[in-house]
Amino acid sequence: MGRGAIPAPDIMTENALSIDSVSHRFGRFEALKNVSLTVPRGSFTALLGVNGAGKTTLFSLITRLYDNTSGVIRVAGHDLRQTPGRALARLGVVFQSRALDADLTVAQNLTYHAALHGIARKPALLRAAEVLAQVGLSDRLDSKVSALSGGQQRRAEIARALIHRPEILLLDEATVGLDVKSRAEVVELTRDLTRQGVSALWATHIMDEIRPSDGLVIPHRGQVLADGRAERIAAPHGDLTAAFLALTGAEGTGGTVA
Amino acid sequence: MSADPTPRMWLTAFLGITRRETLRFVNQRGRFLAALVRPLVWLFIFAAGFRAVLGLSITPPYQTYVLYEVYVTPGLCGMIQLFNGMQSSLSMVYDRETGAMRTLLVSPFPRWFLLGSKLVAGVLVSILQVYAFLLIAWFWDIRPPVWGYVAVLPALFVSGLMLGALGLFLSSGIRQLENFAGVMNFVIFPMFFASTALYPLWRMRESSTLLHDICALNPFTHAVEVIRFALYGQVNWLSLGVVLGCLTVFFLGAVWMYDPSKGLWARRKGG
Repeated sequence: MGRGAIPAPDIMTENALSIDSVSHRFGRFEALKNVSLTVPRGSFTALLGVNGAGKTTLFSLITRLYDNTSGVIRVAGHDLRQTPGRALARLGVVFQSRALDADLTVAQNLTYHAALHGIARKPALLRAAEVLAQVGLSDRLDSKVSALSGGQQRRAEIARALIHRPEILLLDEATVGLDVKSRAEVVELTRDLTRQGVSALWATHIMDEIRPSDGLVIPHRGQVLADGRAERIAAPHGDLTAAFLALTGAEGTGGTVA
Repeated sequence: MSADPTPRMWLTAFLGITRRETLRFVNQRGRFLAALVRPLVWLFIFAAGFRAVLGLSITPPYQTYVLYEVYVTPGLCGMIQLFNGMQSSLSMVYDRETGAMRTLLVSPFPRWFLLGSKLVAGVLVSILQVYAFLLIAWFWDIRPPVWGYVAVLPALFVSGLMLGALGLFLSSGIRQLENFAGVMNFVIFPMFFASTALYPLWRMRESSTLLHDICALNPFTHAVEVIRFALYGQVNWLSLGVVLGCLTVFFLGAVWMYDPSKGLWARRKGG
């Protein structure tokens, strides 16, 4: 974690994230019903669902914006309810809505986020240069966020999510609002990161972003309908779109399920 | 990767939050000017006009008759902090709408610490504004004792914390930025006008006992009195007690409202 951090033995599990029997209600509305899933270490796992499937609620529970009152969520083996600080320290999050401070520079945004993880300014600046190189924004360290394109802002958000060396990245519809080229770049960047050992849980409603070898979870109306490798889920139905439609009964067009 | 945060990491997080608030404030020069212009207009125009109309008797902490401008100055210091607290509240609602609040709340540090750090950072900014105002007032011949400028610092800190905590608490209940106008009408203006910022309590009693009682119960009255007494090197213990009590209640209320299992977040529906 940089200067001031205490090296600590991690709890070694094969899963970067495990969710076991989690339910969540908003009043009478049951948003999640007994959801279980795992994200193996170093994997790219897609969470494919239509709007309202429960993806954002699930992300809000994993990031502890909502309290999970039933079931267990473990991040790198750390129970989110028992040891929330340790669990959250291992999470990097890219939210659906953009959350960079447009008035500040990229460096200021990144060092602020680093400070929220206890990383002092000097090592944070060094680390910021590292992660910006990873996402291809080396030359934008001192640029104001408002001067970046949509795709660059998304990449800067990924850099921010990486600055404290998380074990798993949660990306909630990270390509929303991006053009085709930027979208492909952001997906490819995330895949690169998984090749470097970071796990990724990628919530999306766009089928084109999923590859046959990816892990795939299909939530629908708060329940998990399928969990496994994308190619295995697709196989009985011919392709992924047909599999998705058969499982959910949702309308799909042009490779999206929204 | 790390185990539980060390004291140094807590300090780093606090300094990071303070730095961000300061940078945002510096980047919004208009906000700084607005924060100064508002009380200065009151001081230069309103106070000058009312000086001849409003007679003031000798009331503590003053030991002689004072000009209306002198009387109203601590109230205007409080006004800066009141508006600053509400500005922080507004920025919390904005942060929540834009998603920046989520970034703060997914930090591994406890929520009370994150909210408290944001609160303290906002207060430090408001104290800078108050000192800038007092400097300008000095040139307008409003000159409390020199030690008053030092003694008022802790008073500004606690009163700023109380008003900031109120803003924090209110922000937790405001669903949309558009609803913020209601806060102006139903919180800021009533709090400011129904206080001792502009008129002493005995003046209120002359016109209405009910109004006097409302003013006496208003936490902002006590924030102003803490500042007023401190500017003259004295402590108003009753007001200090009220301010500290309200600070505790408002801050605990805000922490409760921002807790993931209670208050605001528990009622929000996700996708």
